[in-house]
Amino acid sequence: MHWRNGTDSYGLAAIAFHWIVAAGVIGLFALGLWMVELTYYDPWYKTSLEWHKASGVLLFLVMVARLAWRLANPRPRPRGRPWERRAAEAAHLGLYLLIFAAMGAGYLISTAKGSPIDVFGLFSVPATLTGEGQEDIAGEIHEILAWTLIGLASIHALAAVKHAAIDRDGTLRRMLRPGP
Amino acid sequence: MNTKPTRTTLLGTTLASAVLGAVALTPATALAEKEQYVIDTEGAHAFVQFRIQHLGYSWLYGRFNDFGGEFTYDTDNPENSSIEVTIDTASLDSNHAERDKHLRGEDFFHVDEYPEARFVSTEIRGMGNGDGEFTIVGDLTLKGATKEIEIEAEEVGHGQDPWGGYRRGFQGTTEITLKDFNIDYDLGPASRTAELELAIEGIRQ
Repeated sequence: MHWRNGTDSYGLAAIAFHWIVAAGVIGLFALGLWMVELTYYDPWYKTSLEWHKASGVLLFLVMVARLAWRLANPRPRPRGRPWERRAAEAAHLGLYLLIFAAMGAGYLISTAKGSPIDVFGLFSVPATLTGEGQEDIAGEIHEILAWTLIGLASIHALAAVKHAAIDRDGTLRRMLRPGP
Repeated sequence: MNTKPTRTTLLGTTLASAVLGAVALTPATALAEKEQYVIDTEGAHAFVQFRIQHLGYSWLYGRFNDFGGEFTYDTDNPENSSIEVTIDTASLDSNHAERDKHLRGEDFFHVDEYPEARFVSTEIRGMGNGDGEFTIVGDLTLKGATKEIEIEAEEVGHGQDPWGGYRRGFQGTTEITLKDFNIDYDLGPASRTAELELAIEGIRQ
């Protein structure tokens, strides 16, 4: 089994990280949209938010591990024309930044008044920055970042489909099948 | 200053004596001081609190941290006094970040659209009848709706403060129906009304 990346292929770890984060980001986005519309007497009113926060913290830990793994591994070069490769690199950087920024903004909403974030009763993340009106400002930024992230991720996915259907250059396949 | 000697005319003399006469004849009450007070928000000796039932099982308390106002106090005819309070709705604080964010949103106070709430008294009943309790009638404007409310109030005390000023304080409570002020988010049958409590200390100007 190829755990580590090659110069032109992704290892199993990188592939797992990619798809776990993809599922996490889409799941958190959907959960977020749904939970803010729930009425007060909905059985999910409280639980949905608790899960959103706790899952967000766990996904943050996954992202930190993913980043460390990425830095300790060869980075397969994007395929395609030079401008496509540059666009792909920029999009990947943008996705990383948006994920961390959205997580940071979300953290600042919940901890704005000094309350920690409980993670499924396992541990809790303490508050750091607090301030008057912080939950409102952080809330708006969180929403904007989440939509921007989903927008960029959609372009990223469309590009993968284009590589698979039009270019047929194996870009999508190497994110599905671990190689040497 | 170079002043010309005033020419005393018949008209001038008549006017002068009429004014003087009027002043002299005015009953002492009308001359009584109508004291002006500014609510001591700077020293935070005033509070605008609210409480609402949670599910019918307990009380949830919150407050507005930023507000301001003034009142007058007519020493001879207290019912001739008045009060005006303006509240910054975004300063709402129920000690819970996510709830405060929700309360400031469209479901509740919609503070972006309605940043200010305001109470202006129109009538004061039963003040100065000796028991220290009275009713303040006035218009409350909140989330775009203006409705008459009655605040049951009492005078707490008044007098010199240790720093050379003069203070007067009151306490009042009222109950409002949320729907009257365009807040119809369903919090359950026990939570359709909220109580407002005002603790007001004014510094005489």
